[in-house]
Amino acid sequence: MIDVSTPPTPQRNRSILGSRRVYRPNTRHVPVLATLALLIIMYSIGVYNYEGFGDTQVLLNVFVDNAFLLVVAVGMTFVILTGGIDLSVGAVIALTTTVAATLLTAGWPAGVVLPLVLLIGTVMGLGMGAVIHFFKVEPFIATLAGMFLARGLSLLINRNSIPITNDFWTQMAQKRFRFGEGIFISLNVVIALIVVLIAALVLAWTRFGRNVYAIGGNADSALLMGLPVGRTRIAVYTLSGFCASLGGVLYSFYTSSGYSLHGQGLELDAIAAVVIGGVLLTGGSGYVLGTVLGVLVLGLIQTIITFQGDLNSWWTRIVVGILLFVFIVLQRLVTRKAK
Amino acid sequence: MTNLLRHRLFWPIAVLVVLLASNLVFSNNFFSITLQDGHLYGSLIDILRRSAPLVLVALGMTLVIATGGIDLSVGSVMAISGALACLLIGDLSNPDAVGPVLLVVGAAIALCLVFGLWNGFLVAVLGIQPIIATLILMVAGRGVAQLITGGQILNVRSEPYRVIGAGYFLAVPVSFLIAAAAVALTVALTRRTALGLLLESVGGSPTASRLAGIRARRITIMVYVFAAAFAGVAGLIYSSDVSSADSNAAGNLIELNAILAVVLGGTALTGGRFSIAGSVLGAVIITTLDITAVSVGVPVETTLLFKAVVVIILCLAQSATFRAKVFGRFGPKRAEVPA
Repeated sequence: MIDVSTPPTPQRNRSILGSRRVYRPNTRHVPVLATLALLIIMYSIGVYNYEGFGDTQVLLNVFVDNAFLLVVAVGMTFVILTGGIDLSVGAVIALTTTVAATLLTAGWPAGVVLPLVLLIGTVMGLGMGAVIHFFKVEPFIATLAGMFLARGLSLLINRNSIPITNDFWTQMAQKRFRFGEGIFISLNVVIALIVVLIAALVLAWTRFGRNVYAIGGNADSALLMGLPVGRTRIAVYTLSGFCASLGGVLYSFYTSSGYSLHGQGLELDAIAAVVIGGVLLTGGSGYVLGTVLGVLVLGLIQTIITFQGDLNSWWTRIVVGILLFVFIVLQRLVTRKAK
Repeated sequence: MTNLLRHRLFWPIAVLVVLLASNLVFSNNFFSITLQDGHLYGSLIDILRRSAPLVLVALGMTLVIATGGIDLSVGSVMAISGALACLLIGDLSNPDAVGPVLLVVGAAIALCLVFGLWNGFLVAVLGIQPIIATLILMVAGRGVAQLITGGQILNVRSEPYRVIGAGYFLAVPVSFLIAAAAVALTVALTRRTALGLLLESVGGSPTASRLAGIRARRITIMVYVFAAAFAGVAGLIYSSDVSSADSNAAGNLIELNAILAVVLGGTALTGGRFSIAGSVLGAVIITTLDITAVSVGVPVETTLLFKAVVVIILCLAQSATFRAKVFGRFGPKRAEVPA
C-alpha cells in the first residue's frame, strides 16, 4: 500500500528549492556568458595567430561593417522575445535602399526621403503585426508574405543597382568619429549603439519591455493577467519593421547605393546573431546585450577568415551553422534543466 | 455546382486554367505539341519538364508539413546533391559509362538521406522547433556545397547523367517521368497503406498519437528523410539539366516556393490533413506562373509580387478568425474550433 497520509518530506523539497535559488540567476545568464566566453576565445585566437589582429581598429571595423546588422538584429530580438519570427527584414532593407536611391536620384530632398523610407518599413511591420494578431496567421507565413511583397516591390521599382550621389547621404557616409591616429568609428556605429542602448533600456525598465517578456513566456497567462497582448505584439513587429528600414538606411550609407538584391539572406544572419546571443527562440528569455555579442561573433568569424587568407568565404556559413547548432542545443539543455 | 465549388482542388485548378488561358492571348501556338526528332516539344511539355524539381521538393514538403513541421533546408540539400554528383562524375575515368554514373547518383542520394536523418534527429529526438532545426542545415548546407565544389561552378560532360534532367524516354521528358514516379510512390505509400493516416494523426497531435500507440518519433524522422531524398533527386535533375553544379543558384528560394505550392494545394501549415494532388498542382501553377511571366515579357522577379498577394489571400482564407470576422455576419454561425 502506498502511504498517502504522510506528506512528502519537506526537507528534500527545501533542498531543491534552495539549490534552485542559488542556481537560477545563473541559468538565465548561461547562454550570454557562453557567447561572451566564445567571443573572448575567438578574439584571443585571432590575436595569438595573426599579426595586427590586436589593433583597436580591427575590432572597431567589426562594428563599422556590421552596424546595419546590429540594428536589424535588435528589432529581431524583440520579435523573437515574444516567440515570433520576422523573415521580412532582408527584403525591407532592399526596399528601403531602392526607394531611397530612386527618390534621391529624382531630386527629392534628403529631409523628405529619410522619414519617408523609415515610415515605409514601419508601416510594413505594422501591417504584418496586424495580420498576425487579428487573423491569427502564423508569424512565419505572414512575414514570408511580407518578404515576397517587399522584395517584389523593390524589383518592380528598379532591377539595377542605383548609385546614391546625394550630398547629405555622402556626408553621412563619410562622417567619422576619430579617437586618435587611425582609430575611428563611422556614424553608422554611433546610430547602432544608440539603438542598442534605447532597446536595452526599454526592455529592462519600461512596461512595454516587461510585456514583451511576459508574452514570450506565456501569451495566455499574459492575456489572463490583463496585459495588452495584441497591442504589444503588433508593436513588436512595427518596431522590427522600423529597425529593418533604419538598417536599410545605414546600409545605403555604407554602400552608397540602392539595389533590390541588397540584404539577401540577411534575415538568417539576424536570426543567427540573436540565437547565438542567447535569446530563447521560444521567447521569454534573452537580452539585447546578448544580441550585440552574437553580431560580434558573426563579425569576428568573418574577420578571422579574412586574416587567415587561405580559407574561403563559405567557411563562414559552415561555422555559423555549427555555432547555431551548438547554441540551440545549449538552449534546449538550459530550458530542460530550468523546468 | 456547389459541390464542385467546394471541392478542395477547385480553386487551384481554376487558377491553373486561367493562367494557361492567359498564355493563349500572348502566344497563339501555346497549346500545340509537336514531335521533333522523337521528342515531344511545346510549351506544355516545357512546363511539365521544368516543374519536375519543384514537384519533387513540394512532395517531401507536404509530408513534413502534414506532421506539423517545416523543412527549410531543401534548397541547400539540392545544392549538395548536385555538387557531390558533379564532383564524383568529374573524377570518373569514363563519364559516359552507365554503371558508375548510377553509383554516383546513388551516393548523392545516400548523402541526402544522411542530412534528412540529421534534420529528423534534431526535430524528433532533441525536440527543436522544425523551423529552427532545419535553419541550421539551410545556413550551413550551402557552405558544404561550396566546399564540395571548391567554390566554383563544376561543369560535367556525361551522357548518362544528362539524361536525368534533359533526356527523353519514349518521347517524354525523363525528369517528368521521375517526378511522376515519385508522386505515384508517395500516393501509394500514404493512401494505400496506413502511413497517410499515421502522418495525419501525428500532425494533428503528436502526444495523442503517441498515447494511441503510434511511434510518432519514428514517423517524424521518416518524413524528414523523405523530404531530403526528394530534394536530392530534384538537385540531381537541376544539375543534370544544366550539366553543372552551381552551389548558389541550385534550389535558390525553392523552400519558399515549395511551401507556397503546398499551401496553394490546400494543406494547412498547422499539420494534419494533407493533399498530395493539391501540392503537385500548386507546384505546376508556380512553374506556369514563372514561364508565363517570361512569355508575357514581364521580368521573372515581379512574380514575387504576385506570389506575395497569393500567399496573403490564401493565409487569410485559411484563418478561421478572418473568416469569422469578415463573413461571420452574413453566414450561419459556426462553433469556434480552438487551434
